[in-house]
Amino acid sequence: MSYSISALGDSALTVDFGNIISLEINTKVLLLVKAIERAGLIAIKDIVPAYSSVTIHYDVIMLLRQHKNKSAFTLMSEQMEALLSQPVKAVAVTGRRVQVPVCYSLRYGWDLPDISAQTRLSVEEIIHLHTEKKYKVYMIGFLPGFAYMGNVDERIAVPRKLEPRLKIEAGCVGIAGKQTGIYPLASPGGWQIIGRTPVKLFDKEKEDTVFFKAGDEVAFYSITEDEFDNY
Amino acid sequence: MSLTIIKAGILDSIQDEGRFGFQASGINPGGAMDVFSARLANCLLGKPMNAAVIEIHFAAPVVSFNEVAIICITGANFTPEIGDREIQINQPVIVNKNAVLQFKKVKQGARCYLAVLNNFTLAPWLNSYSTNLKAAAGGLHGGQLESGDIIPFEKIDALNNYLKEETSIVLPWKAYPEDLTVPNKLEVIKGSEWDWLDENSQQTFLNTPFKITKVADRMGYRLSGKGLHLKEQKQLVSSAVSFGTLQLLPSGQLILLMADHQTTGGYPRVANVISAHLPLLAQSRTNDAISFAITDIQTAEQKLLQQFNYLQQVQYAAGFKIEKILQ
Repeated sequence: MSYSISALGDSALTVDFGNIISLEINTKVLLLVKAIERAGLIAIKDIVPAYSSVTIHYDVIMLLRQHKNKSAFTLMSEQMEALLSQPVKAVAVTGRRVQVPVCYSLRYGWDLPDISAQTRLSVEEIIHLHTEKKYKVYMIGFLPGFAYMGNVDERIAVPRKLEPRLKIEAGCVGIAGKQTGIYPLASPGGWQIIGRTPVKLFDKEKEDTVFFKAGDEVAFYSITEDEFDNY
Repeated sequence: MSLTIIKAGILDSIQDEGRFGFQASGINPGGAMDVFSARLANCLLGKPMNAAVIEIHFAAPVVSFNEVAIICITGANFTPEIGDREIQINQPVIVNKNAVLQFKKVKQGARCYLAVLNNFTLAPWLNSYSTNLKAAAGGLHGGQLESGDIIPFEKIDALNNYLKEETSIVLPWKAYPEDLTVPNKLEVIKGSEWDWLDENSQQTFLNTPFKITKVADRMGYRLSGKGLHLKEQKQLVSSAVSFGTLQLLPSGQLILLMADHQTTGGYPRVANVISAHLPLLAQSRTNDAISFAITDIQTAEQKLLQQFNYLQQVQYAAGFKIEKILQ
C-alpha cells in the first residue's frame, strides 16, 4: 500500500494515501481509522479522517515521558507503519444507510434557477439527478457535522459560487463540484444551494451531537413545503 | 460563591486546554489561545493545568467577587487593578468579598487569563469547559460573557478569616516565564506541502517579515508580506489542519490558524508554528511583524517539554504554599 507520513506541526501527523477523491482511497482511510481505534494506542487525542488522509493529534508530553530516547513523532510514525503493514482484516467499513428528506422548492433551492440555466436541465431533472444517486460521506469537516458527500452526477456538478454568501441557514443542501453537503449551522459559504432538510444535523444537547459519520451511505428524497413545515 | 461580570469586555470567554476527541465530527478543539498562560494561571494557584479560566481581551471586563477568592492573572498585561490598586500579573492575590477587578490599559500582549482558586461550578460540554462560539456551546452559556453574567464557584471556608478590612492581599510568589515564551524568531516545522512552494518563495518565507493584518481573531490571523507562489497550480483535497498551521491562500498570502480553526482545510499547508511558540503568537496583535525560521521536530518537542516541566514546578511549589494558607 503506498502512503506517506508527514508532520502536521509537532503534535500531529498525517498519513496520506494520495491527494485524490476516490471511493477506494477513502476506504483505506476508514480502515486505518478502525485499526487505530482497535489498537488502543495511548496519547491519541483525535483521529481525523479526510478524503484521502488520516491525521492523528497526540499528546507529545505523555509520549516523551514514557520513551525518553525517542521523539514522539518517531514513535507515532512507527505505530502507524506497524498498523499499515498488517494484513487488512476483512472488517466492514460500510457505514449506516441513511435517508435524508430535502425540500427542493424554490423557497429553499435558491440556486436551482441558476443551475438550470448553467446546465440546461429543468429544475425537475436536477432534483431527479440529485435524489437518484446514493452518496458516501467521505469526511466531516469545516463545521460541526458538515459531511462532505459524493459523487454528484457530472451533469449537475456545478462549481462553487464566485461570491460566497454571507449567511447560509442550517439545513441548506448544496453542491460544490462533485461534492454535495448540508450546512449543519448557519454560516457563510459558497456552495450552490438546491434545497433544505428539516433534519437537525447538529444538536449540542444530544449524546451524538452530529448526525453524519464518515462512511455513511446517504440517499436524499424530495419532500413538499408542507411536509417540511410539519416535519 | 460567584463572580459577576459587571461590565462585559469586547470578548471574554471561559476556556481550558481545549476539547479533544471530536474533530472527526468537525468539532474543533478551541481552548485558550495562549495555552501556556492559561496553564500558568492555574499552576500559580496549585490547580490542575486544564482547569477552566476566563480569557479576556481588551477592552476588558469589570469583575466583582461575591465571595473571598484567590485569583491569578497571566498572559497579557492590561494593568489589572483591584480597588484602585494595581496588581502584578503572574502573581496570585487574595481578593475580598465585593472587591472589584478592572483593567486600565494595554501594557503588552493581546489576551490575559483569570484563574480563580475556587473552581468554577459549570457543566462541561463534550468533556471541556471551553466556549465554542460557532456551535454556541460550552463555557457559561455557549457564548462570550455578557454584562450581568454570574459565574458560580466553590466556596473555600478557610479563606473567610484571612482578610479583615483589606480589599486584597498580594501573595508572595511570582512567575517569570518570559525566557521560555518569548523567542527571537518563530520556529516552524515544514508542512506537508512545503515542497509545493517554488524555491524563491521558500526563501521569501524564511527571509522576509510578515505582518499581522487586522483580520486577526481566535480563528486565525491573515498575514501580509511578499507573495508566495506554488511551483505549479495544484489542488489539495481537504485534509486536517491544526493550531499553528500556515496555509497559503490563492492570493499568495498566508493565513495562520489559531485556536478556533476549522478541523480541515483545502489550502496548501506550507508550515506549522511549533507549539512552544504559539503563546507568543497568541499575544501578538495587528501590525506586529513576525519572521519564521525552520526547526526540526525533535527540537520542537523538547521546547514544549521544557515549558511543561517549568509549569509543573510552578504548580508543585504553589500547591504547597496554597495549602499552608488554607490550613
